[in-house]
Amino acid sequence: MPAELPYAEKEAFANGRGILGIMIERTAGITMDQYITTPITAETTKNLHVGDYVYISGTIYVARDAAHKRLMEVLEREEPLPFPIQDAAIYYMGPSPAREGRPIGSAGPTTASRMDKYAPRLLDLGQKAMIGKGKRSQEVVDAIVRNQAVYFAAVGGAGALLSKCIQKSDLVCYGDLGAEAILRLEVKDFPVIVVIDCQGNNLYETASKEYAVL
Amino acid sequence: MIRTISTEEITKNIKEMCIEANYYLSGDMREALDRAAEGEQAPLGKKILGQLQENLKIAGEEMIPICQDTGMAVIFAEIGQDVHFEGGFLEDAIQEGVRQGYTEGFLRKSVVGDPIIRENTRDNTPAVIHYQMAKGDKVKLTLAPKGFGSENMSRIFMLKPADGIEGVKNAILTAVKDAGPNACPPMVVGVGIGGTFEKCALLAKQALARPVNEPSPIPYIQELEAEMLRKINGLGIGPGGLGGTTTAFAVNINTYATHIAGLPVAVNICCHVNRHVAREI
Repeated sequence: MPAELPYAEKEAFANGRGILGIMIERTAGITMDQYITTPITAETTKNLHVGDYVYISGTIYVARDAAHKRLMEVLEREEPLPFPIQDAAIYYMGPSPAREGRPIGSAGPTTASRMDKYAPRLLDLGQKAMIGKGKRSQEVVDAIVRNQAVYFAAVGGAGALLSKCIQKSDLVCYGDLGAEAILRLEVKDFPVIVVIDCQGNNLYETASKEYAVL
Repeated sequence: MIRTISTEEITKNIKEMCIEANYYLSGDMREALDRAAEGEQAPLGKKILGQLQENLKIAGEEMIPICQDTGMAVIFAEIGQDVHFEGGFLEDAIQEGVRQGYTEGFLRKSVVGDPIIRENTRDNTPAVIHYQMAKGDKVKLTLAPKGFGSENMSRIFMLKPADGIEGVKNAILTAVKDAGPNACPPMVVGVGIGGTFEKCALLAKQALARPVNEPSPIPYIQELEAEMLRKINGLGIGPGGLGGTTTAFAVNINTYATHIAGLPVAVNICCHVNRHVAREI
């Protein structure tokens, strides 16, 4: 398989479907596995569709409730954000403490809707990807479409499993917030699922209908 | 005969229970997960359930908490009236156990001391403790660390007597539908019916601490539990909320007497990491 192909194509070659196969599957609405690397650009997100199983490698930032509140205060004061927001991926997460010799403790996603109040502003500033779990508001969906961004869900409650994909964790700022500090993570093949794609398709709304029997 | 129990023993047990609950899921929950992974119809749902099985294995083998939200510690202390505590105040002993468990067990400190000022207490105390008197000379401690992804999706409905059992069913389904993917399904649904406003919520919490393979002893409630589980799994929400036939592992319902004018229904939702450990001292 050609090693230089970064995204969907790599996986396509890996399982022998090829580009034509992918195009046929896309037309038929079939989802697929993809490998992507950060930074996540609009070029990346336009190839991601709801239901795709995506493995992320590279740098992602961790921030949840209290950190988002502080980021908004930073913006209010017209100061620079503590990490580069352009094409950034933010993981809504607060890890358990790391044991000695390990980069991090348990590290699964937290409920994303608590960040709905803050997310559109950060997306408008260039953030491209959000990783969390659970529903998002219409304002967030609109901001995703407006900025060609993406919302990924990681499997909630699989914090031990997900921590194995985190190779390095560094404090960026707000250490006083404890589990809510902003971290910079190096991840390898971190597994997520596209729940809201850059066209505004929402897997939470469609997936349950398929299996509903009432 | 009065039996004397040292509060140090209480502290030691609570500490161990905090750690045990957050690294090893109880047998009833593991069985429920294994059964669901077998029966799930959606391919993505099946994949997610497989990951949850793998997650439990990694948690226990490598000592990484099952979920990073190691919860706010909820403790039920059933105290035999023939017990005398020695060595300090019982409440302090329990809180100290939580402090030691969360600190020494590498568990996340998720508690803020004040709901508005929101400063982290840094040792996960205080725990929420419910005391109940019992006959005899034993102390039964149940510890259930509660994550807030699912706690936030819990509801209480003050129904009218005329709403009847259909009203109760609707209330349960409404709460589960609204929770959807936010509560980390497959969930366990704890339901309280009856009592007063606060008693009803407590019944729902106690229902969650009941093993998922232990149906209600009341025949019609047992039927209701089975019917609601069927209906909830028919919603299609599925593992991770991404579609499938497994939305809940169990519906546990506890009931209590209530007032002629009321029909309170509380729905306390828990994620698939429904942690509960019980010990008798």
